[in-house]
Amino acid sequence: MEEDKSVLPLPLKVNTSKHSSNFKPEIKSVADVTIRFAGDSGDGMQLTGTQFSDTIASYGNDLGTLPNYPAEIRAPAGTLYGVSGFQVHFSSRDIYTPGDEMDVLVAMNPAALKTNIKDLKKGGILIANTDAFDSKNLRLAGYENNPLEDGSLQEFIVHAIPITKSTVEVIKDMGLSIKVAEKCKNFFALGVVYWLYSRSPEHTFSWIQEKFESKPELIEANTRVLKAGYYYGDITEIFATRYEVKPAELPSGAYRTISGNEAVALGLVAAAEKSGLQLFLGSYPITPASEILQYLSGYRKYGVKTFQAEDEIAGITTAIGASFAGSLGATSTSGPGMALKTEGIGLAVISELPLVIINVQRGGPSTGLPTKMEQADLLQAIYGRNGECPVPVLAASTPVDCFDMIFESARIAIKYMTPVILLSDGYIGVGSEPWKVKKLSELPDITAVFKTDPEGFQPYSRDEFLARPWVKPGTKGLEHRIGGLEKQNITGNISYDPENHHIMVKLRAKKVRNIANDIPDLDVTGDPSGKLLVLGWGSTYGAIASAVENQRAKGRKVSHAHLKYLHPMPKNTGKVLKNFKKILVPEMNLGQLTKLIAIEYLIDSIPFSKVKGLPFKASEIESKIEELLKTKD
Amino acid sequence: MSEVKNNNTLEKVNTTEYTSKDFASDQDVRWCSGCGDYSVLAQVQRTLPNLGIKKEDLVFVAGIGCSSRFPYYMDTYGYHTIHGRANTIASGIKVANPELSVWVSTGDGDCLSIGGNHFLHTLRRNIDINIILFNNQIYGLTKGQYSPTSFHGQISKSSPLGTVEYPVNPVSLALGAEGTFIAKSIDRDPKHLMEMIKRTYLHKGTSFLEVLQNCNIFNDGAFALYTDKETKEDNVLYIEHNKPLVFGKNMSKGIKLDGWKAVVVDISNGKYSVDDLLVYDEKNKELAFLLSEFSENPALPMPVGVFLDIERATYEGELEDQIANAKKNADDLSVDNLFKGTSSWEIK
Repeated sequence: MEEDKSVLPLPLKVNTSKHSSNFKPEIKSVADVTIRFAGDSGDGMQLTGTQFSDTIASYGNDLGTLPNYPAEIRAPAGTLYGVSGFQVHFSSRDIYTPGDEMDVLVAMNPAALKTNIKDLKKGGILIANTDAFDSKNLRLAGYENNPLEDGSLQEFIVHAIPITKSTVEVIKDMGLSIKVAEKCKNFFALGVVYWLYSRSPEHTFSWIQEKFESKPELIEANTRVLKAGYYYGDITEIFATRYEVKPAELPSGAYRTISGNEAVALGLVAAAEKSGLQLFLGSYPITPASEILQYLSGYRKYGVKTFQAEDEIAGITTAIGASFAGSLGATSTSGPGMALKTEGIGLAVISELPLVIINVQRGGPSTGLPTKMEQADLLQAIYGRNGECPVPVLAASTPVDCFDMIFESARIAIKYMTPVILLSDGYIGVGSEPWKVKKLSELPDITAVFKTDPEGFQPYSRDEFLARPWVKPGTKGLEHRIGGLEKQNITGNISYDPENHHIMVKLRAKKVRNIANDIPDLDVTGDPSGKLLVLGWGSTYGAIASAVENQRAKGRKVSHAHLKYLHPMPKNTGKVLKNFKKILVPEMNLGQLTKLIAIEYLIDSIPFSKVKGLPFKASEIESKIEELLKTKD
Repeated sequence: MSEVKNNNTLEKVNTTEYTSKDFASDQDVRWCSGCGDYSVLAQVQRTLPNLGIKKEDLVFVAGIGCSSRFPYYMDTYGYHTIHGRANTIASGIKVANPELSVWVSTGDGDCLSIGGNHFLHTLRRNIDINIILFNNQIYGLTKGQYSPTSFHGQISKSSPLGTVEYPVNPVSLALGAEGTFIAKSIDRDPKHLMEMIKRTYLHKGTSFLEVLQNCNIFNDGAFALYTDKETKEDNVLYIEHNKPLVFGKNMSKGIKLDGWKAVVVDISNGKYSVDDLLVYDEKNKELAFLLSEFSENPALPMPVGVFLDIERATYEGELEDQIANAKKNADDLSVDNLFKGTSSWEIK
């Protein structure tokens, strides 16, 4: 990499005693690195992590990211519960997760060290901001002695750097307040890491220019600090080794990084474009789903209508109203919001209107763990309503998959005149990975047909897919009434007739069950039969795929199948499962898919539960696989 | 053509095309015989032919309750939804397609209790829908429990010893929620009710019309004071824009302002004349508040008519403008470029 040190504005006065002009650290090539930036929730760790991942993504590495932040916006500085983190896993190989263990931890204060050090590999690199390790912060983090000095971190490579002082020093002539100056310190840390992993900070320089366009002093300050951090490694010689991660071999084309929530927003736009419908999102802000509302609110020029409702109920019911009016209605939420939308979903079911409902799941019950991940709303999605109330349920397995699955949800909703629930979760909703950008022309058309001919019109007549006709109010001669009361078959008039109710309940169930004829088969990675299948759904995909790949590389007979359609399930699901002696089902719940498999196919599977608000590590699944393959039977 | 001047975007039709019967669906009306709901249905069906709206552009939306069966009896588009949510579904319909004429029929329980939150937010957003509140001060469909408009102490099936809660005043609530059109009428006064339905339609923005509606099964006579021949003239004040507030037998009484207080004065004995009376101004929100609170004071008559009719931009209008401007000012409308985002890279 070409390095132009002339851009450095000021001579640095920090720890330069060891500087010698012929110092050249060794550059070591590694395949796979996981870095976590951790600090106070006001320290800018999310920004730092995002900048780093954008930079390495554009270099061509495959990557996965995982923000981890507290529910409090600015928790008191220095506290354990106020620590915010951002993990980046990048590689020269194809990867599936944000990484199990860290190679590098950047700890901006003692609390960040305390809460994150357990995930740092033995021999891993710790970069700590010594300036924050004062007696107050040590006390807040529960340290009796300074861990940077008491020898307790011997198993790691510790780089104690006065990040705050170095930051303030490099911009002290600018006359900024100490508070503003200190705020730049995350960019010093970022600069150090860029240098350590042989990445140019150019991308972040451009970002700074754009971000602070109207504040030239902040452009100057942040640029200087980032450069100072970047050259710190050269000047101080504290690092004996620099690293390089070669680009991954990805298919050619345009790429970008994308989070699951942004992918949902774009996928909805895609579905609206391909169906020729106007998109209407009714939504109430809720963590971790709010970004979907935010992204779509920015798409006015594409004709997107967003409605920030007064509550979750109005979020779904305005969307139902929009669907009745002939738009593609959608609503986004998380668990507690799903509970409130329940009655609205029932109305959409009996009204037989298309509607897309996105649940970015979080830890529950009740308010639970708003910023943590869990997949415990599966049974709620399938069964959680009054009456016989069938709804197709789909699940996205990765951030990128959110785009495909929301598009698929919209296709099913429109074709079958039904609400569809898409399950995402906090892990893939806010996590991001590179996306080989799709073009509209690559996507299939979605056919939305509005009935316009009054001849023989019956609101509850059905087509070959059992879907009833969709009529736009404003169409002459097709005036009709629908509603939440039971419908008479075909006419749609109110009916309390017992036989009719039985028919309608069965018709609605059959319509949804038949969707199984219209979805892809369940694929198996690895052998199609054998001793052990790991079956997953949703965001456990990355951890399971890595674990199974690693185990297979070691010669172990294990396969992986991942359900994207939970209700109805693909037609070959039972057949696939029956080909294996044992089925392991890792889930971030107490075994909900296990129950479904038992009910649907009378198959006993082995639940592997982790309900800690954290994703599975591939290594945890690998241990379980090894354990199961060892047992004789 | 309709003589009605309106600023709606709906296409005018020759009103001779329609009669009230054209708006009646083929469904049997299933309200109790003698219910005040029949009057509201009849007045709506009689008024619609004079408004110049095409039948297919009309959507009636309802929640749950006796009044919420209304859409089934209208031969227009209709959606009978879930309890309390009619205003939200109507909002979604109107925002999705501002060309439609969207009406809500709702009751005191549906609109003010379970749907109270939506009522507040619908009004402040000023979405151009027309809300008709059938206020009978009782839960009829569930057979006689007290409602949020039942008077304090009212005996009902769920308050055998009388309620211990104070009722909500729908007009004051609508004013507090920043409503732009607020009116009130009575089921037993068809002429006035028709006029109010027409005004409700003509206003651009959320229109709220409260109709006192007698439930002859569970709360019969709740409004007898305002509907009985002997008492109504002395107890109902018909408010009209730019007209002095007179009422009573032979129009012998009026409302005069005594400082901030409204008082009833006799204008038949020469001490006061019409010139001393308060002249109503439906553009004046302070006056609307003053009159909305008359019903809290037994010494004052109950006002009916248009309390407030002011102009404010509608939600859907501003949203359409945002979309149109965003399209106009955009240098790039390519969805492919939206997908690509601002920091993509090429892999060769």
